[in-house]
Amino acid sequence: MKMIRTFLTAAAMSAATLTAVPAVAQDPGPMTYSEALSGKRVLLVPMAMGFDLAQGWAAILEHEVTAFGGVFETRDPNWSVEAGAQAITEAISSEVKPDVLIVMSPDMNSYSKLLKRAQKAGIYVILVDNPANFKPDAYVGSDWTQLGRLEAEAAIEGCGEGSSGQIGLVQGDQVNATSLFQYAGIMDVLSANPAFEVVAKPDSNWDATTSRNVTTTMLQQHPDICAVIDFWDGDASGAAAAIRDAGMQDQVFLVTTGGGEQAADCDMIENGTYGAVVMTNLAQETYNMVTLVKYLLQSGQAPGTSSPYIYTLLDATTKDDLKPDSCWDLKALQAMNGN
Amino acid sequence: MESNWLSRLKDLNQERIVLVVAVLIFATASVALPGFFSAPNLISIVRSISVLGILALGMSVVVIGRGIDLSMVAIMAMSVAWYLQLLGDGMADHTALLLVFAGVLAIGLLNGFLVAYADVPAIFVTLASGSFVFGYVRSQLISSDAVPVPEGHWIAMLGGLRFASIPIEVFLFAILSGAMFLFLRYTKWGRYVYYAGDNPIAARNVGMPVRPMLVLRYVVSALTAFTAGLLTAASLHSINTRVVNSTLLYDIVLVTVIGGIGLSGGKGGVRNVLVGAALIGIMLNAMTIVDIPLLYQNLIKSTILLLAIIMDGLLNPRDEQTAQQGDI
Repeated sequence: MKMIRTFLTAAAMSAATLTAVPAVAQDPGPMTYSEALSGKRVLLVPMAMGFDLAQGWAAILEHEVTAFGGVFETRDPNWSVEAGAQAITEAISSEVKPDVLIVMSPDMNSYSKLLKRAQKAGIYVILVDNPANFKPDAYVGSDWTQLGRLEAEAAIEGCGEGSSGQIGLVQGDQVNATSLFQYAGIMDVLSANPAFEVVAKPDSNWDATTSRNVTTTMLQQHPDICAVIDFWDGDASGAAAAIRDAGMQDQVFLVTTGGGEQAADCDMIENGTYGAVVMTNLAQETYNMVTLVKYLLQSGQAPGTSSPYIYTLLDATTKDDLKPDSCWDLKALQAMNGN
Repeated sequence: MESNWLSRLKDLNQERIVLVVAVLIFATASVALPGFFSAPNLISIVRSISVLGILALGMSVVVIGRGIDLSMVAIMAMSVAWYLQLLGDGMADHTALLLVFAGVLAIGLLNGFLVAYADVPAIFVTLASGSFVFGYVRSQLISSDAVPVPEGHWIAMLGGLRFASIPIEVFLFAILSGAMFLFLRYTKWGRYVYYAGDNPIAARNVGMPVRPMLVLRYVVSALTAFTAGLLTAASLHSINTRVVNSTLLYDIVLVTVIGGIGLSGGKGGVRNVLVGAALIGIMLNAMTIVDIPLLYQNLIKSTILLLAIIMDGLLNPRDEQTAQQGDI
């Protein structure tokens, strides 16, 4: 009896499937998707186009935006706050406005008013990597406080039990959110670990030569330092040079943070220049942007409606957990677009 | 007695004021800051200003001849970045070096030619050529801001080179200072630099080759910039072209003029550069030891510099005899 019922059910199901086939071909998705997205303009304004993160973002964004029939453009302020502001102003007032503006802000305040104006003009604004005093349609990037915590934990582990517990910081500057929050995160962890303390905290102003000079002084003043945390891999080559010059590679564990590019980070972990690097998963971060672009353009919501934080998962990578795919390769990404 | 004291005070020109300030800071720091007056720290002070000092030497030759070279930092960073990129792309070392050397030479010649023969003001020529060098190299010749030194290359070895635990760039700074001193003081063309800077028209009227000499000075400053770039890469094992946007250029001008080389040309020498560099080096080092945040460091640095300039203005007022046409 049971077998007969099963058989009958199966027969009925297959009959239903057969008759349903022609109707299923009409999926409304692709139509909605292409109506909302094709021809839409996405503009990326990083602090500069010349460094690994920006080039990585641009490569993936270009690939995706072009694929959905949109137009992808970048502007290169080349580290100039004014040039960036000008690029954004132009975008807002231009005849063909971008639909989504992806901006890496140089500090907390410079672009806040401009970006509000962009939202009023009907442009979605996504802030990337650097937070600012402004409610974007989404913030995509690192939780810099958490990043600082991870750095401090890596430094503590690098120092190890029974070490001097002296940690030196090479901060970036005193205006950039990434530097301020990183510092807060580091102090957060160190206050819970009283055996470790910060003995000096000079600024590099993100310049490698300055980083080298201040680290040299720091190591001379505090010869027992067991770890140095430099706030960016863009200038940590200076701190590394100071440690190398002092012949203290075995004693001082250098921690920094970066975009996880092969030559900038993994190669340097591999050859022992950096002890640990807190890296951003660039591909994940960029695909988060892509998802948001696709979502916002179909949402029908006005710019400025909501302001979620989409943090990218961060990891402190050391030589022990270095894998072939720990880093991404800029050359390979650029090859994707035939550049 | 009093007049004697007063005349002594009148002797204090800008160079001596800066020297006195530098010595005062040095003495205070030696007493107050533990670890300041130690051999390693003194070496690191000299080292920290070596590259800056070398750049300032190149700048001073141009400034004494009544010019200015604002393209130095661009030449320094971009030439070496291009060189490292060529090496990374697998070009043979000597070919790459020769190519970049030719490029540097060409920019120096171009600067000099435009100033000397096309009579364009130096400030515009070098501002434009600096932007051109940066823009062209950055967009056409290299692929990212930072270019690493290939593993095991001689530049990386150079950075690790020490004699009596003193880094190589300190010796190079000393040698170049000596060479520059001899050139300016004892060679005919060196003396001509002063005459041409003091009064170009008179210098020309008495038959000095004013224009070829002008070209030479910009070539010298371009080559010094290239040397400074190589030393930077040697120490950091990479060059970051972002330095072009930093305040380095102003620091070079600062070190050059703070020691007493007038922007109006015709006066000063290597000693002034050394005094200016010493002040900056000592000040920055002391402030780093005290752990003063960068914002305050800039404030303190600029205040001391302003004070030195104001004192010079009070003690050596400009009048019709000391002022020159073309003062900036």
